[in-house]
Amino acid sequence: MQKVKNEGGRPRILVVDDEAAILRFLKSALPGEEYSLHFAENGHAALAAAAAARPDLILLDLGLPDLDGVEVIRRIREWSPLPIIVLSVRDREDDKVAALDAGADDYLVKPFGVAELQARIRVVLRRSLQQAPEPVYRFDELEIDLQRRKVTRGGTEIQLTPTEYDLLRLLANHAGMVLTHGQILKQVWGNTYADQQNVLRVTMSNLRQKIEPVPSRPRYIITELGVGYRLKSA
Amino acid sequence: MRDDETSRPSPETLLKVAQAEEAQAAKGKLKIFLGYAAGVGKTYAMLQAAHERLHDGRDVVVGYVESHGRSETDLLLEGLEVVPRAQVEYLSVALPELDLDAVLARRPQIVLVDELAHTNAPGSRHPKRWQDVEEILSAGIDVYTTVNIQHFESLRDVVAQITGVVVRENVPDSILDQAVEIRLVDIPPEDLLQRLKEGKVYIPEKAARAAENFFKPGNLMALRELSLRRAAARVDDQVRAYMESRSIPGPWPVAERILVCVSGSPFSETLIRTTRRLADDLKSTWHTVYVETPGAGKQLQENRERVWKDLRLAESLGAQVATLTGASVPEALIDYARKNHVTKIVVGKPTKPRWREFLRTPLVDQMIRLSGSIDVYVVSIAPAEAAKKEGVLHRKRPPLSGFLKSLLLVLAASLLCQPVHAFLAPTNLVMIYLLAVVLAALRLGRQEATFTAFLSVLAYDFFFVPPRFTFAVSDTQYLITFLALFVVGVVISTLVSQTRERAEAIRRREAQTATLYYLSRDLAAVSGLDAILDALVRNIEENLQAQVVVLLSEGERLEVQAASGGFTLGAKEAAVADWAFRNRAPAGKGTDTLGSAKLLHLPLQTSGDVLGVIGIRFREEQEFTSPECRRLVQAYAAQAALAVERAQFARQAEQAQILKARESLERALLNSVSHDLRTPLVTITGALGALREKDVALASEAKSDLLEAAWEEAGRLNRFVGNLLDMTRLESGALKVKESPTDVQDLVGCALAVLEPHLGRRSVNIAVPSGLPPVRMDMVLMTQVLVNLLDNALKYSPPTSPVEVAADIVGDWLTLEVSDRGRGVPAGDLSHIFDKFYRVPVPEGAGGTGLGLSICRGIVEAHGGTIEAHNRSGGGLRVTVSLPVI
Repeated sequence: MQKVKNEGGRPRILVVDDEAAILRFLKSALPGEEYSLHFAENGHAALAAAAAARPDLILLDLGLPDLDGVEVIRRIREWSPLPIIVLSVRDREDDKVAALDAGADDYLVKPFGVAELQARIRVVLRRSLQQAPEPVYRFDELEIDLQRRKVTRGGTEIQLTPTEYDLLRLLANHAGMVLTHGQILKQVWGNTYADQQNVLRVTMSNLRQKIEPVPSRPRYIITELGVGYRLKSA
Repeated sequence: MRDDETSRPSPETLLKVAQAEEAQAAKGKLKIFLGYAAGVGKTYAMLQAAHERLHDGRDVVVGYVESHGRSETDLLLEGLEVVPRAQVEYLSVALPELDLDAVLARRPQIVLVDELAHTNAPGSRHPKRWQDVEEILSAGIDVYTTVNIQHFESLRDVVAQITGVVVRENVPDSILDQAVEIRLVDIPPEDLLQRLKEGKVYIPEKAARAAENFFKPGNLMALRELSLRRAAARVDDQVRAYMESRSIPGPWPVAERILVCVSGSPFSETLIRTTRRLADDLKSTWHTVYVETPGAGKQLQENRERVWKDLRLAESLGAQVATLTGASVPEALIDYARKNHVTKIVVGKPTKPRWREFLRTPLVDQMIRLSGSIDVYVVSIAPAEAAKKEGVLHRKRPPLSGFLKSLLLVLAASLLCQPVHAFLAPTNLVMIYLLAVVLAALRLGRQEATFTAFLSVLAYDFFFVPPRFTFAVSDTQYLITFLALFVVGVVISTLVSQTRERAEAIRRREAQTATLYYLSRDLAAVSGLDAILDALVRNIEENLQAQVVVLLSEGERLEVQAASGGFTLGAKEAAVADWAFRNRAPAGKGTDTLGSAKLLHLPLQTSGDVLGVIGIRFREEQEFTSPECRRLVQAYAAQAALAVERAQFARQAEQAQILKARESLERALLNSVSHDLRTPLVTITGALGALREKDVALASEAKSDLLEAAWEEAGRLNRFVGNLLDMTRLESGALKVKESPTDVQDLVGCALAVLEPHLGRRSVNIAVPSGLPPVRMDMVLMTQVLVNLLDNALKYSPPTSPVEVAADIVGDWLTLEVSDRGRGVPAGDLSHIFDKFYRVPVPEGAGGTGLGLSICRGIVEAHGGTIEAHNRSGGGLRVTVSLPVI
């Protein structure tokens, strides 16, 4: 649905935070040559700006003075799929899952490095700006050909069960982004399995045995503790 | 008080006065409207006084007033607040009674309670109304009450003598002594009789009967005199007390002490009342004692119970009570009298026939002979009454089998004599019979032994005294042999049985002392409240053969802390226990308060405080009323209270210790926080300051060094804050363990992923068998445990040495091991490294926050697991975490 943005092709980012120091830091971390930055200092202003300025991405703090950040995500999701990355000091898994399940695309715990932030922004923007999904995922030695349903590592084909393949495909479609247990279960197994984390854990363990060179030190599928999984992307 | 008017009273006197005044201030004041008969106008006078107080602005309510349909009284009741009466159900009739709880809840300044001598309906809290009044007084409420003179305990006999009517509703004299004011309500007997005729006292037909029986002019005059004298005596007391408190010298009588001895005879009660009156007249203290003689063990149970009743009566009349043991009553009495500086001894006039005095000197005579400087008062007992009551006192007959055994003994003695009588003189055979008597005395008892002596004489005469096989005696010399055999037999039997009974009495005492000793030994041997209560319950169960329940106060409420097996406390018993606790007095079965309860409740009282209540249920009914038992359980309760207090003190001390430890911990926390927060900031601000300075030209290498240092320190600062937050969550309980089946390989992988940036070129050896079943744990928290352990291993070992991670399931436990090849930990520190803020001194100063390992321990223990550290052979440290696999 999105078109490539104008303003010299610079993506528009709406930063929602009430801490002046954070705003100042983000201004210098996201240079004006690459991004066009807009600011909102509270939840209501953010909702208004999201509608008026039509940003390509929102960087959202959860601890806002008027509305809770999760509520802001929920309200935006009522009318728009525009990407949201949460930046918060809340590091508890429950908070992360709540924000992700409400519709946030990614979650970064403060403090974070600039490189990390830029990488996440790139992943999210690439996914939302591209017209069609990439037919082939490649990272390191792992290659997933989504059209031919073929998985190879270092040129050797890996045989996967249909469920394992569905799981890997879902992760590949969201490469670089975190998916919560609930989101994965719903999309791979269906709504009735939303609480069956065990099923996911067992399948994931089997999948890793097949695709990871050292299963106890996974290189491709990263466990986001207490939240979900993320497939690494370039 | 002016100094020239009065000399200074002694400090002791002042203290006594101050204490009395203090007790008075805390307690309510009692005002008694005293009359000499029904209808003199006591209630009327009381109501008038109530109206006056009401007019003065005092808060007066009517607790219980019976107008008996008298219209003047009814009129006066108007305008006074009346507390609704309680309806006590008894034999399906609702009896109106004073609602004690309602009065206590209402808390007026003054409450009116009519008819002090009234007996409450069964099932009420107290059997008598005067006990209700005492409770109201102790709650600090003033009471106005009415009573007639004939109801006072000490005057009962006098009144019975005057009127021929035995008054059953009695009030102890002590309550009269408590009264702050006694208002004598007096009208001439003629006026009273006139009122009676007019029907103002009783309804007509009842009035006629009353006039015949009680309201005779002679009776009324005598009763009036009694009441006037009692009131006057009271005034006298007050004058005396006033003079004493102001040190006004006066004709003080020497301090008198009176002693009366009770024996369980039917006259003891009369003796006690008489002594109380005498003591009142002489303003003296008095003692009542019971002497347990060796013969007492043989006395029938009924008699013992009577002795206990007598002692309790004396106690309630204000006597000091004691039980003595001695071979002879007079000696024991005189001994006690001398030790306690008794000046007068009261004894009853002998009622036994004169001829018996030849056999045994009457007690009175023995006392007089021994008394020395002590006066002996001999009190008469009405002979008619004595004769009537004599029948009650009969001795228990030994069982028939005892006499049969005597018979067998004599037969055996005779058979023994048969073969030897040819060789021995007949007089020597007497010795064999004496042997039988001694045996009977040792084995059977006094009466049986006497019987044996008698039989022996007969058998000896019949079988061996010529002419044999007749009772005839040819030689009169043998009569002396017979007499000697009989007398010696009786004396021996008496002596032997006395000795035996004395030993028995001593043994009983000894047993009591021993049980107390065992209790104190057991209580001293244990510490901790639970162990103490356990010992207490066990001792009471074993030694008193009773069931027991111990309640201790938890704030304002009593909670059952220990009880005999299978024993539960009903709501009613709990209420009785509560009463005993609040009023600091025994209650329940065997006491005057809530006597319908099933248990006897004693407060656990120490010098300062009531700690709780102990409820006891004896197996035998009479043990509830026995003073011996009561004394014993009270001794138990006192010991228990001390032990419980000791345990509570210990607990307080422990808490103080914990508080102290917490304080030092908080100091450590502050030190750590200030140190660990500031140190990274030093590097960060230093580096940033240098880079910010425009005038300082830095080589690009130096710049990147500074930046790297600042970056690392910022990371360290972040980790420290994270640790602090985790510790806080762990300690506040905000950290909830959310267990779910976890893949151990994934767990290890996650931990290593977190540490990836710090691993550098370190080799990590992982030994996790594939195919380990999932283990229930909180993966997030356990990952953190592994991260902290690995972080430590990396920090405290050389940069090139390997780090090892191993996991396995052995039996019901999952073990996770993290090992390094560092310098290890000094053996003495191994057990401390998991303590908060404990840091092993490291020479390079690469110390951590001292929190990481304690967080590990907190998390592992929250999982029900253990964590321990060992030095490895060949150098290095191994930390092993064990988690239960369910």
